[in-house]
Amino acid sequence: MKREIKGMLTGLGVTFRTMTKPAVTVQYPHEREDPPTRARGVIALKEENCTVCMLCARSCPDWCIYIEGHKEQRPPRREGGKPRSVSVLDRFDIDYALCMYCGICVEVCPFDALFWSPEYEYSEHRIADLLHDKDKLGEWMETVPEPEPLEMGAQSKGKK
Amino acid sequence: MSHLLALDVGWGTTLAIKTLIVLAIVPLTALILGYVFLLKMMSHMQSRLGPMDPGGFHGWYQLLGDGIKFMQKEDIMPAEADVRVFALAPAIVVLSTFLVFAVIPAGPRLVVQPLDVGVFYALAVSSLSVIGVLMAGWASANKYALIGALRAAAQLIAYELPLVLAVVGVVIQAGTMNLQGIVNFQQHGELFGWGGIGFPLILTQFIGFALFMVAAQAELTQPPFDMPVAESELVAGYMVEYTGFRFLFFFIGEFGTAFAFAALAATLFLGGWATPWVHGTAADWLGPLVLFTKVMFVAFLMFWARFTYPRFREDQLQALAWKWLIPIALVNILLTGALKVAF
Repeated sequence: MKREIKGMLTGLGVTFRTMTKPAVTVQYPHEREDPPTRARGVIALKEENCTVCMLCARSCPDWCIYIEGHKEQRPPRREGGKPRSVSVLDRFDIDYALCMYCGICVEVCPFDALFWSPEYEYSEHRIADLLHDKDKLGEWMETVPEPEPLEMGAQSKGKK
Repeated sequence: MSHLLALDVGWGTTLAIKTLIVLAIVPLTALILGYVFLLKMMSHMQSRLGPMDPGGFHGWYQLLGDGIKFMQKEDIMPAEADVRVFALAPAIVVLSTFLVFAVIPAGPRLVVQPLDVGVFYALAVSSLSVIGVLMAGWASANKYALIGALRAAAQLIAYELPLVLAVVGVVIQAGTMNLQGIVNFQQHGELFGWGGIGFPLILTQFIGFALFMVAAQAELTQPPFDMPVAESELVAGYMVEYTGFRFLFFFIGEFGTAFAFAALAATLFLGGWATPWVHGTAADWLGPLVLFTKVMFVAFLMFWARFTYPRFREDQLQALAWKWLIPIALVNILLTGALKVAF
């Protein structure tokens, strides 16, 4: 009985103390919440790194990435050499109406062409407008935070 | 009231004015309690803000907007419902709330009707709502509503006893059932010959006060005693088939009755409108404010418990009333009576 009464009083204390502390609510449209730096807000595309390898499109669980590309002949590097063939990206769309923010595409990209950005304010009135093309995806690159500095002694391999 | 405003009018006009004031005050109190405690205090106890936008300042307009919304809603009645009983039930629930307000004094002369059996009358009409609840449950032709209504009836009858018995101690000490008389007793009473703060009966009747608060909580079917409207099992209990304005009636009834019970507790145990050393015209004007402050304090205690405790099981709920509250209340009456005779 004593234990129960103590428990009931403790409960009253918890609610009362919570009431006196400020609420944790962020009044969103009036004040903006700052997500963590590595939050999964939107996926950005660095177009020049993309080789149209299709790994991201194939690994996407809900098939929300659309990629089209073609091959072009470029002049050889050395005199008399064979012309190089490069893949050119024609279309890279992510349908954010389908995307489930799993991040597999970012993980799987072998050439560091896809990045997470913490930006989250891109809702639309029409669902079709949630299909971001490669220009729009490229614009998100500005919002991608710089990678954290490497640990002491580690060597940097790739560039952002 | 007509004396206070120095009006020289007939009894018909006086009655009309009194009726209008009660009609206006009950929804107003329901709004105040709903806004201050249900929307705001509960939110802050859960570390959130509650409505902030409607009306500009901390969402004060939210409940009024809800009321307007309820009026726009379609009035739906189940096909199998007993139409007349179904329509009458919310009115009876609200009626019992209105009737309680008739005897609560808000000043030396500010009371709708100072009845000599005030306490008895207030507790009697407050239990009228059981009939409305049973009617609602039965007429809805819905098993959830019926089970909810039966639970509500069992609960309201069980807690009616400790509610009445808790007040008997106050009546014994004050020697009157008239609420105005009880307030006067507390204002002019003396603590061992010292009249500094009057004699608020909570000092001697603390057990009675605690019992009254618990029983009132159960009478209001508020958590932790909200078995009749347990939403996880009964959707909304006896209110399940009600929409629009009729549902609004139940809401006004719930919070209006909460205010009425808080006012009764403030009057019986905390001295009601009385302030020590304030008499005459000053008390006339100060009375309502003092009563309101005390009511808000008591309501804070009620809602504090409401937002803290989880729901009782049905058997725990009945056991608490019959095995604990009623015996304690009886012992309290016995002790109070013995001490009253002794001193």
